[in-house]
Amino acid sequence: MDSHGSVAVRHHFASAEQQKDAATIGMWTFLVTEVMFFGGLFLAYFVYRQAYPAAFAAASNKTDVLIGAFNTTVLICSSLTMALAVHYASIGKKNLLVLFLILTLLLGGAFLGVKTIEYHDKWVHHEIPGAHYECDGCADAVHTSLFFSLYFGMTGLHASHMIVGFVILVMLIFQAKKGKFTPEWYTPIEMFGLYWHFVDVVWIFLFPLLYLIDRTKSGGLF
Amino acid sequence: MEPRSFQLLPDAASSIAVQVDSLYAFFVAVSAFFSLLVAFLIIFFAVKYRYRQGFIPAGINEDGHSVGGMVLEIVWSVIPLGISMIMFAWGASIYFTEARPPADATEIFVTGKQWMWKVQHMEGAREINELHVPVNRNIRLTMTSEDAIHDFSVPAFRTKADVLPGRYTTEWFRPIKVGAYHLFCAEYCGTKHSAMGGTVYVLSEADYADWLAKGSGEGSIAEQGQALFNQLGCGNCHPNAINNYNGRAPNLAGIYHTKVVLKDGSVTRVDEAYIRESVMYPQAKLVAGYDDIMPTFQGLVSEEGMIKLIEYVKSLSPRVGSASSAPPQPVTSSATEQKTGRPAVPAGKR
Amino acid sequence: MITATVPVRTEVNYLNNEHGLKSWLLTGDHKRIAVMYLIVVTVFFFLGGLYAAGIRLELTTPQGDLFDSNTYNKVFTMHGILMIFFFLIPSIPATLGNFLIPLMVGAKDLAFPKINLLSLYIYAVGALFTLFALISGGVDTGWTFYTPFSSSYSNGYVLAVGLGIFINGFSSILTGLNFIVTIHRMRAPGLTWFRLPLFVWGHYATSMIMILGTPVIAVTLFLLVLERGFHIGFFDPAYGGDPVLFQHMFWFYSHPAVYIMILPSMGVISEVISTFSSKKPFGYTFIAFSSVAIAVFGFLVWGHHMFVASQSTYAGLVFSILSYIVAIPSAIKVFNWTATMYNGRVRMNTPMLYAVGFIGLFTIGGLTGLFLASMGLDVHLTDTYFVVAHFHYVMVGGAILGYLAGIHFWWPKMFGVMYPEAPSKVSAWLVFLGFNLTFFPQFILGYMGMPRRYHVYPPEFQVLNVLSSAGASILGIGFLLPAIYLTWSLKYGKPAGPNPWGATTLEWTTSSPPPPDNFAVTPIVTREAYDYSDQEVKDIG
Repeated sequence: MDSHGSVAVRHHFASAEQQKDAATIGMWTFLVTEVMFFGGLFLAYFVYRQAYPAAFAAASNKTDVLIGAFNTTVLICSSLTMALAVHYASIGKKNLLVLFLILTLLLGGAFLGVKTIEYHDKWVHHEIPGAHYECDGCADAVHTSLFFSLYFGMTGLHASHMIVGFVILVMLIFQAKKGKFTPEWYTPIEMFGLYWHFVDVVWIFLFPLLYLIDRTKSGGLF
Repeated sequence: MEPRSFQLLPDAASSIAVQVDSLYAFFVAVSAFFSLLVAFLIIFFAVKYRYRQGFIPAGINEDGHSVGGMVLEIVWSVIPLGISMIMFAWGASIYFTEARPPADATEIFVTGKQWMWKVQHMEGAREINELHVPVNRNIRLTMTSEDAIHDFSVPAFRTKADVLPGRYTTEWFRPIKVGAYHLFCAEYCGTKHSAMGGTVYVLSEADYADWLAKGSGEGSIAEQGQALFNQLGCGNCHPNAINNYNGRAPNLAGIYHTKVVLKDGSVTRVDEAYIRESVMYPQAKLVAGYDDIMPTFQGLVSEEGMIKLIEYVKSLSPRVGSASSAPPQPVTSSATEQKTGRPAVPAGKR
Repeated sequence: MITATVPVRTEVNYLNNEHGLKSWLLTGDHKRIAVMYLIVVTVFFFLGGLYAAGIRLELTTPQGDLFDSNTYNKVFTMHGILMIFFFLIPSIPATLGNFLIPLMVGAKDLAFPKINLLSLYIYAVGALFTLFALISGGVDTGWTFYTPFSSSYSNGYVLAVGLGIFINGFSSILTGLNFIVTIHRMRAPGLTWFRLPLFVWGHYATSMIMILGTPVIAVTLFLLVLERGFHIGFFDPAYGGDPVLFQHMFWFYSHPAVYIMILPSMGVISEVISTFSSKKPFGYTFIAFSSVAIAVFGFLVWGHHMFVASQSTYAGLVFSILSYIVAIPSAIKVFNWTATMYNGRVRMNTPMLYAVGFIGLFTIGGLTGLFLASMGLDVHLTDTYFVVAHFHYVMVGGAILGYLAGIHFWWPKMFGVMYPEAPSKVSAWLVFLGFNLTFFPQFILGYMGMPRRYHVYPPEFQVLNVLSSAGASILGIGFLLPAIYLTWSLKYGKPAGPNPWGATTLEWTTSSPPPPDNFAVTPIVTREAYDYSDQEVKDIG
């Protein structure tokens, strides 16, 4: 089946083109599933924010907007490096492909590291819902805790997607180093790029929803 | 209640039951017609067109894409659609009757708890797993749960409603037949779910009056609510027309069924749910002009106590009984609040 | 739709091309995966059936004398969970769908064979979690897991079962994804969308629901697990949450899930009715698009489960009218199937017996659904045995009868042997009669007001309950028989040949059982769907 250069066409496909089409449709379908997966949490968020706007504003003001903004920047940059990695894969620049995959990995790692610090802060300040939840100066503790339930549910699910992406990225870097990807066949890089951008986009929604409620009313951003 | 022999329909003991039964009869007739039609056609075709060696029926290639086929497709889409719209409209109209309690209904409070029903009558009588109601009077149940979701179901009245923790739901009926009827919990609520039932007794006016007279001896719900109000010290901050205005908390006299302006500028109606929320989570919807100094009474007030408090607050607004015609009470005028940033108070107290 | 290629009889088929346990456990062949699914879902079906037997036995008397209340609650919960999540949802798609979709579209395999195998293993892991809970003591929430009971009050293994279903969901998602890609990109040359078998249309619609709905139940159960396991509150009012939100999120999936169960079954029925009438399905495009319409509108009706759950009356109004609209495509299908028999050459073999049984029972199931979509009637009927009867008419009378029709219809293709006709006709009649005796009395019980999930009940309901239990024992025999004679036929059944029924879809052009790559030569489709003009119609009865 090597009539298409180094393209590995699996036996049940008629052509490399069919194989790539299948992968692309499959990935987009998967992302549709992912949208619905996060969608449930977004729904819960909107319902409760509508019901308890004051508590949500108060709780949101307890998040660290500086850290959130930093992480947003980190992720947007990682989307850029990922897009560049796909570009260099498509024109067969192996070294640049590896370089940008590693940069993406580092940025993803930075995001997760910062997130860990943030979670730890929340732990220290008893801001994790449950038996030890405390909210100093919170008027409506039970509903601020509901905000933090959503905060951890949403960012936790997002972070677990980042971790999965991180692991796949490590594998892709090894494969890229071995020269597995060619301009004719770099489907895994392209598909992973779609996934990575999706995870990014989710964060771009999470950041304003969780960190930026009513910042101006409460006397400035920080 | 004596066990009855085999029946196909439960007793029809409420005004709505008769309507529901007619609707049911219509649905059964439509269903029977279509089920029998399809069954007949299938059996008829299976026999008439059964396979016989060498026999090829005429019109074997009819596949529904001819003009005749299209007509058939349209006919059997549009006719069921038409019938189902009748079903929808009839069902919806009955539902709207069921969902809207008449203004003159007698209110009774129900609290569901794993696994019993606790009932409080306005006049003070209390009962467990039983409900006594007078015949030919509209009854409205205001219900809440202390734990899981329950459902107050009386098949003979053809009505039920879920009973949820943390909020009030209502259900109403007008009993038309004296007798004893099953009360079930219809929403699964754990181990003894099937034992969480009892009996609804529909009594004649006279018997009901006798039954009420045997009441709890603790006074009406509103009176019990006032006792609880004093015991919890609510009056230290909340003026209730008996004590003096002290500016720390909104005046409760006449506040029920008015609209108040909240701190964030939005307006909310003072109903059972709002009063309950204000006791449990005082800061959730703070009235504009007041500091959030009120502590939560979560854990200090039971659901039954809450019902008493609400009834007491309602009793401070004398015209609630005819809610639909009640004009806004003069005490809390939203317009004044917005201008001054403080709630209006009776002039003499300023 | 027969191709120009001549079917090649080969000795090598998917069952004998490789040997040993490893060749099965690591296979990428959709046919082998389908067979493994067939085995596991059958196990779960009988396990769920055992619990059903427990329920019916207990309910022969009004008192709770067989189990205590706690045990009874666990029994009906496990019956529901095993049957819905581990039998009905995977049943037709994962066995018949897996086996037939590549064959029907003329492909060598599904688009992603490894993902297909992965979905089987994910199912297995989810099943193990659930079995763990079952062995440790079960769960007593009902299959609906309503909060706050499930998150704060239940004394069962909610976490293990919740995780089991959460994991199992991904198996369903991956199967749906594989089907969608396969149907879009793997069709044989000349096989246009409107030449596809209706079975494939049914599975395409099903896959849409799997992709769009399943992640929502997954995230809902994820939140339930967080609330129960870590007190990270979402739904319990004690944590500031709203228990009704759980119901919205649950039914957003679980109502469409009913269509995951019934749409594949409808696909089977379309094939069977057409083949055994030797006639094109009447209104092919109407049947095809009604599947898609059901999948789309099915997502907009979930609120009809909550007419008494303190939902706003106007929301109820919208959900009610949409529920009537979603009923129309089902009605269209029923009329088209019936019309397909008109002027046909009808043979009443076992698959056809099941198929006409399906039409009858599904018609009743669908019509009683209209009762529950009517707000005025639903207030009285919801949470009673009327609901139980209704959804069993749809899920047993519909989904399972369709499944049995399909298993009998494609048994010759899957294993190359014929099932024995006489005992299978007996079992089809037993299932039909036993089913009606079991569930018809429950409609009356429901209108009488007997609530569902009741361990003890007032004595006046006993007569109908005894009838129902008697029917269940007949139904049980009807289900056991096929397990016996189908297994028997694997060794003693007559060889089937490639096309014993005179059917027209592509899977019948290859040998039975099919070779590992399905077709000796990739088929090229030059004819319209269901062209019986050159099929030899023979009486196989």
